[in-house]
Amino acid sequence: MNDQKFVDRSEVMMNIKDINLSFGGLKALSGVSLKINKGEVLAIIGPNGAGKSSMLNVISGIYVPQEGEVEWKGKLRKKIAPHDIARMGIARTFQNIALFKGMSALENILTGRNILMKRNIIMEMLYMGLGRSQEEKHRKKAEEIIDFLEIQSIRKMPVSRLPYGLQKRVELGRALALEPELLLLDEPMAGMNVEEKEDMCRFILDVNEQFGTTIVLIEHDMGVVMDISDRVVVLDYGIKIADGTPDEVRSEQKVIDAYLGAG
Amino acid sequence: MDWWFFLEVFIGGLLSGVMYSLVALGFVLIFKASGVFNFAQGAMVLFAALTFVRLLEMGIPMLAAVGVTMIIMVILAIAIERIVLRPLVNQDLIILFMATIGLNYFIEGMAQLVWDSKVHVLDLGIDEYDAFEIGEAFINKFDVYAALIAGGLVLVLSLFFRYTVIGRALRAVADDHQAALSVGIPLRTIWIYVWSTAGLVALVAGAVWGSKLGVQFAISSVALKAIPVLIIGGFTSVPGAILGGLIVGCGEKLAEVYLGGFVGGAIENWFPYMLALLVLMIRPEGIFGEKIIERV
Amino acid sequence: MFYREAGQFKTSYKKDQSILPIFQDRIAMVAMLIFCFIVIPLFANDYWLASILVPFLALSLAALGLNVLTGYAGQISLGTAAFMAVGAFAAFNLQVRVPEIPFLIAFLWGGFCAAGVGILFGLPSLRIKGFYLAVATLAAQFFIEWLFTHFDWFTNYSTSGVITAPPMTLLGMAIDNPLSKYFLVLSIVVICAFFVRNLARSEIGRAWMAVRDMDIAAEAIGINLMKTKLLAFGVSSFLCGLAGALWAYVVLGTVEPQAFDIARSFEILFMIVIGGLGSVSGAFLGAGFMILLPILLNNVGSLITGGTISTETIAHIEYMVFGAFIIFFLIVEPNGLARLWQTGKEKLRLWPFPY
Repeated sequence: MNDQKFVDRSEVMMNIKDINLSFGGLKALSGVSLKINKGEVLAIIGPNGAGKSSMLNVISGIYVPQEGEVEWKGKLRKKIAPHDIARMGIARTFQNIALFKGMSALENILTGRNILMKRNIIMEMLYMGLGRSQEEKHRKKAEEIIDFLEIQSIRKMPVSRLPYGLQKRVELGRALALEPELLLLDEPMAGMNVEEKEDMCRFILDVNEQFGTTIVLIEHDMGVVMDISDRVVVLDYGIKIADGTPDEVRSEQKVIDAYLGAG
Repeated sequence: MDWWFFLEVFIGGLLSGVMYSLVALGFVLIFKASGVFNFAQGAMVLFAALTFVRLLEMGIPMLAAVGVTMIIMVILAIAIERIVLRPLVNQDLIILFMATIGLNYFIEGMAQLVWDSKVHVLDLGIDEYDAFEIGEAFINKFDVYAALIAGGLVLVLSLFFRYTVIGRALRAVADDHQAALSVGIPLRTIWIYVWSTAGLVALVAGAVWGSKLGVQFAISSVALKAIPVLIIGGFTSVPGAILGGLIVGCGEKLAEVYLGGFVGGAIENWFPYMLALLVLMIRPEGIFGEKIIERV
Repeated sequence: MFYREAGQFKTSYKKDQSILPIFQDRIAMVAMLIFCFIVIPLFANDYWLASILVPFLALSLAALGLNVLTGYAGQISLGTAAFMAVGAFAAFNLQVRVPEIPFLIAFLWGGFCAAGVGILFGLPSLRIKGFYLAVATLAAQFFIEWLFTHFDWFTNYSTSGVITAPPMTLLGMAIDNPLSKYFLVLSIVVICAFFVRNLARSEIGRAWMAVRDMDIAAEAIGINLMKTKLLAFGVSSFLCGLAGALWAYVVLGTVEPQAFDIARSFEILFMIVIGGLGSVSGAFLGAGFMILLPILLNNVGSLITGGTISTETIAHIEYMVFGAFIIFFLIVEPNGLARLWQTGKEKLRLWPFPY
């Protein structure tokens, strides 16, 4: 239970105001408003097709809502190029693992450090100066993440040979390598067994507590959601139907109806 | 502006375009059924044409020669399915594409090793120099007959895809191998059918082109022309292959005649490709092709 | 037994990051360099130097270039020879118009021109992928071939049709015999291989491989696809252009478009497929394979038939063998000879124990 943790609700990282998102004729999100507070763990839940992934994509900036505003750290955010999202401090993992299959676990995580590295072709070609020193510096950082996620023994292994659970962990590591302020996890527990879920929960909480990273996750496992989130947002048919602590939300009639398909 | 001349060039272009469509058709068949771009189609055209013409030279009557060549093409199809396709079933398409490049080289080498690499004259009984006269435009009779043959084959195959059970099965396979397997479509048999049909198309194309140009190694490079046809028309579409072929045929002839003079000629070699590039930038899936959406 | 790593603990990440962390590999590299720079020149005859080693090295460089683009960055290209042609013609044109320029500068100029053209034809890669990109590069191949054949300006209005490459002199010495040519090409290629190896394991190399493996995820971690792809095209074409200049000046002695036709493009593609996509050694292994195989076939053929096989037949068999090997490697070991070599090394690490 997270009631012990102090979450500073006064600082809002992202303020989503009244957004509408449509694809062609299909309305994915209607009039959704949401605040993401710094340092919290926020879960987005809802039945299938409720618009959770769309919500995550709006938060990350890949989708730009047709109406409404998104404020990031107090400033209005307009359309941004996909590769600039990471530089803004937002990292994400994907539902179906999006690791770089041709590289090892260490290399995947190191690639996550790319935005923190400077590009200098000459130095890199010669492996001298900046080219060399930044490799060593960031290798150290990557190893810290590897230690944190307890994947030392498999770090040189090509990721395609790793079991599913470890692949998910490596993907988390790669996202952490960006040193993000906001971490978006798209169904991080999908396809895992009980032990793997427990490990992943532990890591997510550690990330939140040790690094202070704000976390938003989409998750179907209610046990996980109740255990680790500070706040839960429930979507149904693209509309926000509940927003509060896990306890508040789980007893709301609207939420129960949505999941049971009443009406 | 000499309109009769323009008409002559235009129609000539259309006619050669139909022949391009014919070659492109072989590609479309295989791509529709297996998602593979069969780079070896050109070599198959060469092989079929060489086999056919050599059989004729040996004195075998035409119909029998067609029959024997077809049997050989089917054997080839079975061999390809077994040796190349089956082991690569789950691989990336780009790997399959490269495998067909290798296959192309292999078949080219084999065709010339078995038969030889001389130029063979193929006489289909059609006079090459006779022409229809429309006003002041001369339309080559041979081109017309060739176009009719090609057109006929294209029509038959279009109908086949749309209205027969096997045709539908082929479309299912093209969409999703795993799904097709799970509803009991025999993937391997389908592939053998498809590659054999592609072999038939290769034979007709080879015969038509061969009697026009003589059966020789250069025929396999006609296949390289088919690529722009497919890009413009769309890889998965038979009508696309037709339209693409017409556009390329016309386009290159008109460009050669009207623009070629300014830049030293022989722009036929690259003009279709530049056209294709243009289409790629504007509408990547081609005129009739299907959009591919990537989901993460 | 000999290839064991036991006892070689890297005590710092620094040591682990070095280019050849395993001690035996370092010895092997030094041994190979000694072999190339000292042993071969002492013992090789002119035929080997001029007809086998120098072409091998030049083509390896082109294969290295293509491997950067296709093996590391995953952008398939069927127009390698066209970029080689640009390098050759650009170098030639510079020297012809500004005769005082040393040939090495002209080579670099050839490389940069090729890089520019490569980036230009790489622009479509920003919107199209995979097979479609291959087509765009084919367009480059045909167009550039046509360009150099049809516009006399490129050949300096030569009337004879044969454009001899200008002679090369370095520090007063003429580079005109097989041995000096060998040293020239060897040095250039070794330096380029060193650069590519370093690039491959730096952030640029990782960016390339990320774009190759999953570009959507690459964007999500901040990699700019456009810059990364265009950089790959640039570096790759530079190397191919340099290789083209070497091919024209050192191997052929003439500057002609026919040497850079589509068959050449495919030849180099075959090299990296067989040799191993995405590895420096793969470029060399593949080039070696493609160069040695015809010689092997020739000799074996003569042995078997007592010299009665025509060159034509040999050519046809070559085609068949190349095709068969491509298919074989794609089925059995898509990472080519380089991976087979690595697997062999791994087995060697355990030898004589089976596990």
